[in-house]
Amino acid sequence: MAIDLTTETVERSETTVFRRPQLTTGFWSWITTADHKKIGLLYGYTAFFFFIAGGVEALLIRIQLSGPEGAFLSAAEYNGLFTTHAITMIFLFVMPISAAFFNYLLPLMIGARDVAFPRMNAVSYWIFLFGGVFIYSSLIFGTNPAPVGGSLPGGAADAEMLGSIPNSGWFIYAPNSGAAYSPGTAVDFAALGLQMLGVASLISAVNFIVTILNMRAKGMRLLRMPVFVWMTFVVALLLLFSLPIIAIALFMLTFDRQFGTLFFVAEAGGDPILWQHLFWLFGHPEVYILILPAMGIVSETLPVFSKKPLFGYPAVVFAGAAIAFLGFGVWAHHMFASGIPTVAQAAFGLSTMTIAIPTGIKIFNWLGTVWGGKVRLSTPMLFSLGFVALFVIGGLSGVTHAVVPSDWQQTDTYYIVAHFHYVLFGGSIFGLFAGIYYWFPKLTGRMYNESLGKWHFWLMFIGMNLTFGPMHWLGLQGMVRRTWVYAEEAGLGPWNMAATVGAFIIAVSVGVFMVNWMYSKRRGRPAPDDPWDARTLEWTMPSPTPEYNFAVEPVVTSLDDFWHQKYDEDEEGRAVRKEKADEIVADLIYTNGHPDREIHLPAPSYFPFFVGLGIMLIAYGIMYHTKPWGIPLLAAGAVVTVAAFVAWGSEPLEEIHDEDDHGNGGDGGDGGGHGIETHEPPAGAVLSAGERRA
Amino acid sequence: MADLAHGRDEAPAHHQLTGIDNRKLGMWVFLSSEFLFFGALINNYLLFKGRDFGPGALYPVELYDIPFTSISSFVLLMSSLTMVLAHSALARRDQAQARTWLFATALLGVVFVSGQYFEFAEFILHGLKLNVNPAASAFYLLTGFHGAHVVIGVLMLLVLAFKSVRNGSLSEAEGLNVELVGLYWHFVDIIWIVIFVLVYLIQ
Repeated sequence: MAIDLTTETVERSETTVFRRPQLTTGFWSWITTADHKKIGLLYGYTAFFFFIAGGVEALLIRIQLSGPEGAFLSAAEYNGLFTTHAITMIFLFVMPISAAFFNYLLPLMIGARDVAFPRMNAVSYWIFLFGGVFIYSSLIFGTNPAPVGGSLPGGAADAEMLGSIPNSGWFIYAPNSGAAYSPGTAVDFAALGLQMLGVASLISAVNFIVTILNMRAKGMRLLRMPVFVWMTFVVALLLLFSLPIIAIALFMLTFDRQFGTLFFVAEAGGDPILWQHLFWLFGHPEVYILILPAMGIVSETLPVFSKKPLFGYPAVVFAGAAIAFLGFGVWAHHMFASGIPTVAQAAFGLSTMTIAIPTGIKIFNWLGTVWGGKVRLSTPMLFSLGFVALFVIGGLSGVTHAVVPSDWQQTDTYYIVAHFHYVLFGGSIFGLFAGIYYWFPKLTGRMYNESLGKWHFWLMFIGMNLTFGPMHWLGLQGMVRRTWVYAEEAGLGPWNMAATVGAFIIAVSVGVFMVNWMYSKRRGRPAPDDPWDARTLEWTMPSPTPEYNFAVEPVVTSLDDFWHQKYDEDEEGRAVRKEKADEIVADLIYTNGHPDREIHLPAPSYFPFFVGLGIMLIAYGIMYHTKPWGIPLLAAGAVVTVAAFVAWGSEPLEEIHDEDDHGNGGDGGDGGGHGIETHEPPAGAVLSAGERRA
Repeated sequence: MADLAHGRDEAPAHHQLTGIDNRKLGMWVFLSSEFLFFGALINNYLLFKGRDFGPGALYPVELYDIPFTSISSFVLLMSSLTMVLAHSALARRDQAQARTWLFATALLGVVFVSGQYFEFAEFILHGLKLNVNPAASAFYLLTGFHGAHVVIGVLMLLVLAFKSVRNGSLSEAEGLNVELVGLYWHFVDIIWIVIFVLVYLIQ
């Protein structure tokens, strides 16, 4: 590979008709960006938008359930809302906001300029966005007529908007999801939309794995990576191996519904239980995909706010990997009530219990980290401690599901709802908010408002426990899931009312967060560059992060390298801040903020956007293939997608960067780029490396 | 001074810690995911192939033409050979040969897909439609997705071959693309060996 790529690129630029966009500001710069930080922010904002949507759906559900015999929603609307709430929160909020963290932070934490495939990164965002739009377009286009010979209380849902969204549970169980029982398009929106979201996640998983394996800073061995990076890696592997399985399941469902195959039609020899197996073979790794990013985040925040290194770093890392590995062997614990053989029940019960071991290891290591530390109760720390506390509750109720006879009693009751909201809300979402506050200064260059942050935490903590705590008792009293009313005589009213009040307290707390975000982003106190006295590489550069990340590529000599530059140990092994620590930090940040030469950056591109758009058109085309305009739409989508890919391949690489990037094929062929001239604003950035070299 | 602390990175392989090019590593990672994709499809077929679908049910196994499929399998296997020849010709910088072998690989791929089309048409003529029973559906889904993979491979080979014709040669960077397409192509072949053995031969 020791050829001169420069000449070749010049030739290619001359022969091509496509020019790469050069925008770094304004609307189109966001559409065309390939910068991991901008893509991270796009992911974050989009995910938060869907969080609001999913939250509103939750509130509507809680209003309906606040008293017995609720009449606020029809049965059809209720079905649509609980399904879409779950799909939104899982696939359109927690997963993409985790992707936002991965995108923004992963390159910074490993000392890289960008991810391995910047344009693929943009593609995964656009496919995700169009997938989300596709699912939500069911509000307008979806239909949901009652099945032949069946009806829902409250009449046909067809005419009502909320009755036309996906309505078969996020698990889309067969045979209910089949054409016979769900004749409208509502389920198709879920099946095809989730397929799109899966493609997006698969692309980003490949991207992150290659980035972590290939692009770490000098000296950053695998066991010197921050735990957050480790968890990113583990999550990417989980996605890589679980998504193809759900892809096949969704293809089978789509074929059943669109082309008359009989995979899940029991009367014709099909197998509805096969859907459950395939779904949960993906679905259980999926829950670790949702929780491990948050575990990675608190593994970063707890040591920083306790002024101690992470207790048992290798144990935390290996426990994370073990959870992921075991996570592929426990799926049938979601199916204890489906009539699987006794031996299988025993085996899956046991394997489920073993997951408690690595999880326990993590929790004890977090406690060991905080123990004896100089704890600062800033907002990120509050959310991190909240995460640990609530996750323990959710984890323990989870272990009770491993006991098969006990699970038979709990399954399909609110006890399960309580359990997974404690791990996903109390766990994932608290961990993610810890991360949002922790890295807010890095993102914006300003500090958030601490008292609003604390208000947010306490309101959310109280609201969360008030909402989901009583669901434990409701479940044990026999309140069943997915049912839009309950009888007055059941005596479930008071706790349901408490849960509804709690849900509105959560809503208020989210409002407080939004005020804090919008206010602090513009008016907040300017943030110091290393506000938390942190340990990881992203804090060795100015805030907000410069477009080129590190002006000088970092070299790492130990785990928590930045910390060790600032701290020594005394005789008793306690950390003592070096006298010159402030100077060292200032020096590092100055160096990282002042590039002394041109820095190669991935160039923007128009085509990722069009790939996403094309794929959405294909999905519509498949859904409406029986309509006269369905096949043309499908063809148009295919043309747009293929044309975007071909144009992508013909895009000039524009310029080849300077010496030490030379000879490595640029950004793995996904690069191209514009450069930043020394000490100049990013805008007028492009110049020829050949010229510089001459 | 801070420069010393950081060091100036001189090593050209810095961005490829594993020593494998990003794109190649990406392809390997992607293919590892593809194994589960086909694993799930094969599993479906094995699950349904022996089910009782009532009297008169038609099973794919009754219609297999093993000699015919053996020949088309042989064609696909030979395309792996021509793929390797294309790659090695490029390594020798023998552009003309590389181009020939790329076209040959694409042609063999087309022959294989045509054979599959003929097979499907024949089966449908005998009444084994996509939706007669789940075994038939699983068979078509599995072999159909494999065929789609071959088609995508053929398209990528043709793009490379035509680039070579247009520019007279393939550059070093496009040479890597040949290797990537090669990896993908061999994967598709390996999967076919598994399908041919599990679905066609072991009855």
